[in-house]
Amino acid sequence: MKGKAWKFGDNIDTDLIIPARYLNTSDPQELAEHCMEDADASWVTKKKSGDFIVAGENFGCGSSREHAPIAIKAAGVSAVIAKSFARIFYRNAINIGLPILECPEAADEIKEGDEIEVNLAKGEIKNLTSKMIYHAQPFPEFMQKLIKAGGLISYIKKKLKS
Amino acid sequence: MAQTITQKILAKHAGLKEVEPGQLINCKVDLVLGNDITTPPAIKQFAKIGVKKVFDKEKIYLVPDHFTPAKDIKSAQQVKMMREFAAKYGIVNFFEIGCMGIEHVLLPEMGAIKAGDLVIGADSHTCTYGALGAFSSGIGSTDMAAAMATGEVWLKVPEQLKFIFRGKLQKWVEAKDLILYTIGQIGVDGARYMSMEFAGPVIQKLSVEGRLTMANMAIEAGGKNGIFEVDDKTKAYLKRTGAGKGIVYHSDKGAPYKTVYMWDVSPIEPQVSFPHLPSNTKPVSKCSSVKINQSVIGSCTNGRIEDMRVAAKILKGKKVHKDLRCIILPGTQAISLQMIKEGLTEIFINAGAVVSTPTCGPCLGGHMGILAEGERSISTTNRNFVGRMGHPKSEVYLSNVAVAAASAIAGNIVSPEAL
Repeated sequence: MKGKAWKFGDNIDTDLIIPARYLNTSDPQELAEHCMEDADASWVTKKKSGDFIVAGENFGCGSSREHAPIAIKAAGVSAVIAKSFARIFYRNAINIGLPILECPEAADEIKEGDEIEVNLAKGEIKNLTSKMIYHAQPFPEFMQKLIKAGGLISYIKKKLKS
Repeated sequence: MAQTITQKILAKHAGLKEVEPGQLINCKVDLVLGNDITTPPAIKQFAKIGVKKVFDKEKIYLVPDHFTPAKDIKSAQQVKMMREFAAKYGIVNFFEIGCMGIEHVLLPEMGAIKAGDLVIGADSHTCTYGALGAFSSGIGSTDMAAAMATGEVWLKVPEQLKFIFRGKLQKWVEAKDLILYTIGQIGVDGARYMSMEFAGPVIQKLSVEGRLTMANMAIEAGGKNGIFEVDDKTKAYLKRTGAGKGIVYHSDKGAPYKTVYMWDVSPIEPQVSFPHLPSNTKPVSKCSSVKINQSVIGSCTNGRIEDMRVAAKILKGKKVHKDLRCIILPGTQAISLQMIKEGLTEIFINAGAVVSTPTCGPCLGGHMGILAEGERSISTTNRNFVGRMGHPKSEVYLSNVAVAAASAIAGNIVSPEAL
């Protein structure tokens, strides 16, 4: 996956990712139209499919709304790279199959507009603009299984069958 | 190995003798909760799993409380979807308005939670039930769907923090101030992925209602759960609500805590969290220059009868400032009724406040008191993020009940002492 980096700060909460005023629906496309609206109202029109969100500490803090990773995924974002993720957002992203990468160095050094390439299987983040290469925190074995299965639902389906 | 309450509950539900921080475990759940925002996506995910029935018709609680009474057509559709799902799968605990309440006020009040339970809910404030000696934590809709199908959830055993509160609380300092103070000290990610255990002589003196308020906001420090030791007050509460005692666990001596915080809370004043993070706390005496347009009293944090009594004590015989709206949100129908019996509703209406039906309403910018551009609200709710109560350029200041009530009279943020 390849795309441009969009930088956001620390403690990007779920109200910034998708304000509650739009939560009277769970339709991914409708949610995507308002993604990051209260952080940067014009971001939705600026970003292109395949781009990356690069943020600071505690990305996705606040509410348990799964609409947050759903909105990001439906907005066409390839992956979120952050220094750290809030707990529920982390679970939700893995459960619905939105790629997330925890990598403080990359989150610090990547600049807005940099061209980024990510190899998810290796956890490798390449900054094609600065020529730097970073390695994200590897996921624990169980979570790798979840990711490989394509999220929690497919994982459970397989488990129930066997 | 010495274990904490949280570890013991997790181990029991995972069928293990003991668990270690960092360990990934599969746990049986005693209760699964969802609301009108998080349940519809869970229903869609549940359908994909393809099971014919839910794991237990009596252990799933569906509470449409966020946008109810339905604020618009889309919200009505979401509740309809929940209602039909409940009917199709024979889910007993679906709550229409008329018998409902704000989920985290309703469930403890109706005796749904007992000590030692493991509860997960598709709502981040599910951590509230730690006040009753249960492990409870917020999860997302997909986790909720999986738990409805299997009765299980995967969890990472959290590291633990302990908070010991000592000293004597000043007048007008409430449980809310202790948790705002805690978040102010450790930050909004100070307990990220961790368990927060609250203890000490000040906690022992708190009512169970106060402890519910504190556990409710563990998530605001990033916590996985908040937990309190069960004592005679908890046992009396669980008996009164009909929950039954459950299993009482205690943390062992020498249990592993990442950090133990010990605070003398005698000097602290009521706390106010400035926009736009709950950790931006200031003592109330430094806040009087902040003029407000609205005061919200209620929510899953502070919508219990004890909170209503504090608000009424301050608003009795007074008038809400003429330039300000004061909105009272009782947590449940039972609390609404109790307010009428005790004459609190009359006090509020005479003071010029409005009393709402139970709803999460303005807390998350849903309905029933949305802020316009540039407006400010003091609020006993739990979050003051950008746009939380309405316009992205509005502001929310978090406080305890007494400060919110006093500020409603004054028109600016003050302690009742300053009236």
